[in-house]
This record gives sequence, C-alpha cells and structure tokens, in this order.
Amino acid sequence: MTDKTNNRYWFKADDEKQGIIFPLLVLAIWQVVSSLGLVNPILMPSPGRILTAAVEMLTSGELVRHLQISFIRVIEGFLIASTLALAFASAMGIFTRIFSWLNMTIQLLRPVPPIAWIPLAILWFGIEEGSKVFIIVLGSFFPIFTNVLGGIRQTENKFVELAKVLQIPQRKFIMKVVVPGTLPYIVAGLRTGLGYAWMCVVAAELSAGMHGIGYMLTDARAMIQTDRIIVGMLAIGIIGKVMDSVLLRLEGRIVKGKELFTGNE
Amino acid sequence: MSDTEYLRIEQVSKTYQVKKHTVTALQKVDLTVKKDEFVSIVGASGCGKSTLLRIICGLDTEYSGNVYLSGNKVTAPSLNCGLVFQEHRLLPWLTVAENIELALNNHTEAQKKELIAKYLALVELAGTEKFYPNQLSGGMAQRVSIARALVNQPEILLLDEPLGALDALTRLNMQKEILRVWKQERTTMIMVTHDIEEAIFLGTRVIVMSPRPGTIKKEFIIPDGVNKCQTDIEFIKLRREIYHEISA
Repeated sequence: MTDKTNNRYWFKADDEKQGIIFPLLVLAIWQVVSSLGLVNPILMPSPGRILTAAVEMLTSGELVRHLQISFIRVIEGFLIASTLALAFASAMGIFTRIFSWLNMTIQLLRPVPPIAWIPLAILWFGIEEGSKVFIIVLGSFFPIFTNVLGGIRQTENKFVELAKVLQIPQRKFIMKVVVPGTLPYIVAGLRTGLGYAWMCVVAAELSAGMHGIGYMLTDARAMIQTDRIIVGMLAIGIIGKVMDSVLLRLEGRIVKGKELFTGNE
Repeated sequence: MSDTEYLRIEQVSKTYQVKKHTVTALQKVDLTVKKDEFVSIVGASGCGKSTLLRIICGLDTEYSGNVYLSGNKVTAPSLNCGLVFQEHRLLPWLTVAENIELALNNHTEAQKKELIAKYLALVELAGTEKFYPNQLSGGMAQRVSIARALVNQPEILLLDEPLGALDALTRLNMQKEILRVWKQERTTMIMVTHDIEEAIFLGTRVIVMSPRPGTIKKEFIIPDGVNKCQTDIEFIKLRREIYHEISA
C-alpha cells in the first residue's frame, strides 16, 4: 500500500495558480445552471447559497466546533496508530522471530475494513471518543505498518553484506543503515495513514454519535439541508488537503538529495 | 603451516542449484597465499572467482573444503580480512567520514577522527570528510571504499573487480594507487579481475581460473624484475601467455 503519488509540485506558485482554474470553471457553470433554474435547489443548491451557509456556519461557530472535535480525534488516533505501527513494524522487520509470531495475525486483521469494526467498537468503547479513536487507530495503523515494514525489507542486500564484512554492531547497523533507508517509506506510510485517519473519523461519526463533522453531515441530511452537507464535505476536503501538505513539507525536509519525478510536460 | 603461508585454501568446492540443475561454481580449489603477496585472479566470467573471494572472507559459508586465515579456520567475516566490492557501496545518506566510520567500532572519537584522516590521506582524498557520495566521481568513491576497507588495518585485503566499473583513464590511475597502497601498507592483497594487463601490473602472482567447473588452471609468477609497463617486451609476452591460457 505504498502511496508514492508525489505532488510536491503543488507548492510551486505557478502550478497553484493553474490548479485553481478548473474548480473556478466548474463553479461558474454550476452557478449558471442553478440561476437558470435547471436543477432542484433542494438537491443541488447554488454556489451562492452554499457560500451563505458557510458564512453562517462559520460565524455561529458550529462548523469550527465540529471540525475541532473531529480533528482532535484524528490527531489522537493517528498518534497512537503511528506509534504502534512504527513499533510493530520495526520489531517485526528486524527480529525474524517476532515476525513469524505476529505476521499471520496482522495479515488476517488487515483486510477487515475499519468501518466493519464500528458496531463492536461502540459496544466496547462507548458511542463517542473511545470508539471513534479506536476506528481511526485501526484505519491508519495498517497503511503505516505495511509501508514501514516494506521499507525495512527493502534494505539493500549489498549494504547487509557490507555490514557483515565490516562487523557493524546491530544497533549501529539499524541506526545508520536501516533507518535512513526506510525514511521515505515511513513518510509515505504516515501520509497514507493520516489520510485514512481522516476518512475513518468521518465514517465513524456518520454512523453514530452527536459530535464531529461526520455527525454534522448526518444531522444536515435529516433536516434536508443540502447546502450544509456540501459545506461540511468541502471542509473535510480542505482539512484533509492541509494535513497532507504539512506532512509533505516534512517529507521534503527528510528525504534529501532525491529528485522527484513530477510528470512529463 | 609455515610462517609465510598466510592464507590456505584446501580442496574448496561449491555447488548450487539452479532449478533442477546442479552448477559447480568451484571444484577442488587449492591455493596458498604468502604474507605481502599480491595475487591477481583472472578468468572468464562465471569461473567462480568472485565466489572464491566471498568464501575467503567468510560471507559465503556453504561450501566443502577448508579455508584458513593465519592458521584459523574461516567461519564468518572478521576484521582481519577486508573486502572491496565492485561497486563502492557507500551509503548515500552518510558523508565520506561517516561511511569510513562505519568500519570503526572499537575506537574513541579522537582515534576515529585520526584514522579517518590518515586513510583518506592514504588514498589521496584528504579533506573530503564532509562530502556526500553523490558529490564524488566514480574513482573517488571507490578510493573511499578502499580507505574504508583498510581503516581497520586488515592483514589481508580482497578486491572483487574493484575497478570494473571505472573508465579506462581512471582505471589506470587507480591501478597505480592500489599498487602504491599495497607497497605502503604491506597488506596482503588478492584481487579478482578480468583484465589481464591489470592482473600483471598489480600482481606478484597471477592465477588463471577456468569456468564450469571453476578450477585453477595455471599460475604465473611475475618476476620482480618485470618492468611493469604495458609496452615492455616481457610484459607483452606474459600477457600473451595468460591470454592463451584463458582462451584455450
């Protein structure tokens, strides 16, 4: 599950400008279609209506409150998941015995979608924080774990041989050879994991609970407030993008001396 | 075992399986190397010369026969035996100094610094401590890897086609460098190469191996007096004889 799609070039100002053209075009067409009365405003409100709703929800503090709750859940879950994933992946990557002990279990648990855990999670950890964080941990653990373990396995045999010939002690070998070689995979895993964490919190909140951005969506649906639904979805997209950008900057700082392929002209 | 016999290889055979076929990489190879010798091993590719080096340094332990290094049976790699690979194998995320430091595990920081500077100077790369491998040319990188292999002062240094990936001009310079290092450090060296001129130029003895199964076919003592110059008549004569052995 290596998410190696690298869009670091999003940071280039020129591309940023070009990237905004298409969404603006879509918005313009949308507004025209709405103004002409071609679509049912209850099913598809106009951009203007959505903007008004967004302003209302921002000034009332509703949007920020729900986002904040979801965001904190994501951070908690993601931190727990990355700590666990790094610990398990390193232990299993370095010690064969631990690998043979645990791998079967992990590979059996991995295909179960995090959402399938929601009923059990609610019974175990309650309807609010506990179950949400649990689902996030489950959702983001596996991509991080798989990437990091894969990265450790990618340690080049030529360096392993070198370490034998030079009699490099295990600890030094891990710190100087394995870890630096695994860093790009760690960052890729963390990025994918954070994306999953954010998706999981929305999914978990959609199905149960009274707080968070996911709950806000279900609530708006119950009231048939389509504009609020769309504001919520846009907010989810924006927050997700911002969090990913932060990790992307981290990647730029960690993965040095590598020219990234950013596509052909 | 006499005092001067430093390395002793007895009846070493190695086979491995490729699907259902058994390939004999080495068959009953016997070889002794004296202290301070420079042995060149030449042969066509596939004659098991690299395998032999891997067995000598303890990287490959799946073989029959015995290998003794100064009287002790080789069962695992040891600091007594250095190895230079065909590619430099410098870690791209470590500086030149840090790459050499990988080999130093029982020294104080001050000793490490001193040794690194000393061996970089030996390979004529003084002052390049802070460079990263991607800032070095192929020849420079290979010299760093030679410094790394020598920094623990091994008694024997194995070189597995160390100049194979370099261009012809760099190669000639590097041959002189290796010869100078050998004379200066008095380290016993065994080098695998497929270049006959290189083998004669560097070696005090040239071993010719033949492939399938890998065996030692013939050995040539390079007399002290031979002018190590590619246009010298004796040099050319040796080259012709060795070439004849390899292609026969």
